[in-house]
Amino acid sequence: MTTRHDTAAPPSKGGAAPGRPPGDAVSPEEARKRARLSRRWQRDLRWSPYAFVSPFFLLFAAFGLFPLLYTGWASLHTVELTAPTDMTWVGLDNFTRIFDDEFFWNAAQNTLTIGIISTVPQLLMAMGLAHILNYKLRGSTFYRVVMLAPYATSIAAASLVFVLLFGRDYGMINWALDLVGFDKVDWQSDKWPSQIAVSSIVIWRWTGYNALIYLAAMQAIPQDLYESAALDGASRWRQFIHVTLPQLRPTILFTVVVSTIGASQLFGEPLLFDANKGASGGSQHQFQTLGLYLYEQGWINQHLGRASAIAWTMFLILIVIGIVNYVISRRLRASS
Amino acid sequence: MRAARIRPARKVVVMAAIASLGAGLLAGCADDGKDEDSSSSGDGGGKTTITLGLFGTMGFKEAGLYEEYEKLNPDINIEETVTERNENYYPALVNHLTTGSGLQDVQAIEVGNIAEVVETQADKFVDMSKVEGVKADSWVDWKWKQGVTKDGQAVGLGTDIGPMAICYRKDLFEKAGLPTDRDEVGALWAGDWKKFIEAGEKYKKGAGKDTYFMDSPGGLINAILGGEEEKFYNAAGEVVYKTNPAVKEAFDLTAEAAEKDLVQAQTQFQPAWEQTIANNLFATVACPPWMLGTIKGKSQPEAAGQWDVAAAPTSGNWGGSFLGVPKSGKNVEEAQKLVAWLTAPKQQAKLFAVQGSFPSATAAYELPEVKDAKNEMTGEAPIGELFAKAAESIPAQVIGPKDQIIQQGLTDNGVILVTQGKSPKEAWENATKTIDNNLEK
Repeated sequence: MTTRHDTAAPPSKGGAAPGRPPGDAVSPEEARKRARLSRRWQRDLRWSPYAFVSPFFLLFAAFGLFPLLYTGWASLHTVELTAPTDMTWVGLDNFTRIFDDEFFWNAAQNTLTIGIISTVPQLLMAMGLAHILNYKLRGSTFYRVVMLAPYATSIAAASLVFVLLFGRDYGMINWALDLVGFDKVDWQSDKWPSQIAVSSIVIWRWTGYNALIYLAAMQAIPQDLYESAALDGASRWRQFIHVTLPQLRPTILFTVVVSTIGASQLFGEPLLFDANKGASGGSQHQFQTLGLYLYEQGWINQHLGRASAIAWTMFLILIVIGIVNYVISRRLRASS
Repeated sequence: MRAARIRPARKVVVMAAIASLGAGLLAGCADDGKDEDSSSSGDGGGKTTITLGLFGTMGFKEAGLYEEYEKLNPDINIEETVTERNENYYPALVNHLTTGSGLQDVQAIEVGNIAEVVETQADKFVDMSKVEGVKADSWVDWKWKQGVTKDGQAVGLGTDIGPMAICYRKDLFEKAGLPTDRDEVGALWAGDWKKFIEAGEKYKKGAGKDTYFMDSPGGLINAILGGEEEKFYNAAGEVVYKTNPAVKEAFDLTAEAAEKDLVQAQTQFQPAWEQTIANNLFATVACPPWMLGTIKGKSQPEAAGQWDVAAAPTSGNWGGSFLGVPKSGKNVEEAQKLVAWLTAPKQQAKLFAVQGSFPSATAAYELPEVKDAKNEMTGEAPIGELFAKAAESIPAQVIGPKDQIIQQGLTDNGVILVTQGKSPKEAWENATKTIDNNLEK
């Protein structure tokens, strides 16, 4: 299946470049030259790939690895953003106090609940939409492009519109609720309404994107499976349950993993949804996510050491989530 | 068969992974757009270019001050970079100061941050008190002191200040059966914020159900605290916000106003608050001169002339900035001269005439641009005189490095909760817990 390009034999003749004219007699000088060229070519073949992949790894070292290590170092100190070189060693203090930090756990809990109420409906709706789009439709390209439109909108613009929609006094949603006879909902200051509102921004933005991924996977399912299922008398619904879903399993796992990571890093939507200007995620921190809490500690309160410890804790939590996902996916694959 | 069935699915996963990575990159591009940086570029041609880093609308350019300075000094060219909001500007400024790079020749500092800058970053700035023509007594005394370190180094020179008065709607006051003359209105609550709340109760009885006496709990607590000499820090520099009776009193008074439905459940400068101005639904607002510009910007045209200005129960300060010259700038000498010129009384008066930024230099109060100033929103009210009078009685307030964080906690995590039905006690607990967590290093 795999081809190792570094050891693969060079094309014997021609290739993409014009072939060398065949020479019958080769002078020793010519032979040396050829040998040198060949050595150089082999070196080229051996080392060039590393040069080609190096930009990513150099950039990663500068903008990924170094910040990661520096953050780790900073998390062991008391450091203020106003004087980042002025560090006082405190050991694991920044980490141990996270255990007593009710704001951290509140943020962790909010991240979890917002993650669930945004990811689950989002993926279910995406699946439904993909299934509908998979039928023969007139103007299907149009619908697919429209599905991707929310995703192409910037979070800032989208969130500002949602803030207006969810406004307590002049918002369109409360106006509509009022028309049907419900009481006004204070979307920004009550816990569940505010979390639902934030989730709705996430759902709006990502449903179409996931639907397109599902659609691509559905179209890769061989048609003869459906034909034989139809011959066996399976209805559309039965076909969906017994053919489409099992075939989509790897794709579903992929979207779950990506959405989980996205949800655990949720930041822009709750930041911009806040009626106050700060990063406290509402007056009572009712929709403050971990990302937002990290930002508040680091950039508003300027406590670089604490923020670094939070960042590393989030990193560790993500690794745990990743391992859990991996285990589940292996179990699923083994059982199939 | 089995392999054939799995392979397409795997391919899809790989494709999807690539798509999501690509999409992530795209999203990264699409998301910045929040900081609105605008810079004006001029012709450099052999001239010295002085750059200014500013936030908000400081109005030097709009008032034509750069042009004037360039005319007076033909070999100077001035460029400004403006960040819309100080919340975005200040963290970047701190970053640039601590790394000593990326700084402009002149950097503006907001009054809420000046204490922290003076305390932690003074060594990065030039001492402005040594610049020719700069005299400490040109400024209102407390304004000068805010920008000066213990050893007498002036980190920044004051631009404007925000002497607070109360702006009120004459039509709403009349409907509610309250006086409308600005002296009588001022007399209603002179000297005591409790009387202000009482006036609010009277207003509520007479006025319609939909209007509110004051715009927001944040505006009220800010106005009350603005008149205190010590609020969150004592003169020794210790955090005392929890034990200072003045803070608790201001909190309780604001909470009382919120419980009595006298203030709206709004946060200032947010869309809903702006919509309320446009709908003419609140009767008073704590009002430094620059607030008149905000009101004008958010009002319908027919609101012009409906407002008036009365003295606040106690006058405090709200807003104002400083201009400092970082040592690492390219044109330190020229930048100092420019800052001294921009903050001189004459230029401050011109800035007031165009932008409504109230001068911090006392000599400016005698100039006709300030003395005879009138304003469209407040009709014939002599705002120059009114605000100059308020400026005289502002106490020299102790400003601490984390004032902004404490104030924001008291407002956004405190009194606002009372408008949402929480008890004042719960609101105070929520606010102090948040603030303490934010202050802990």
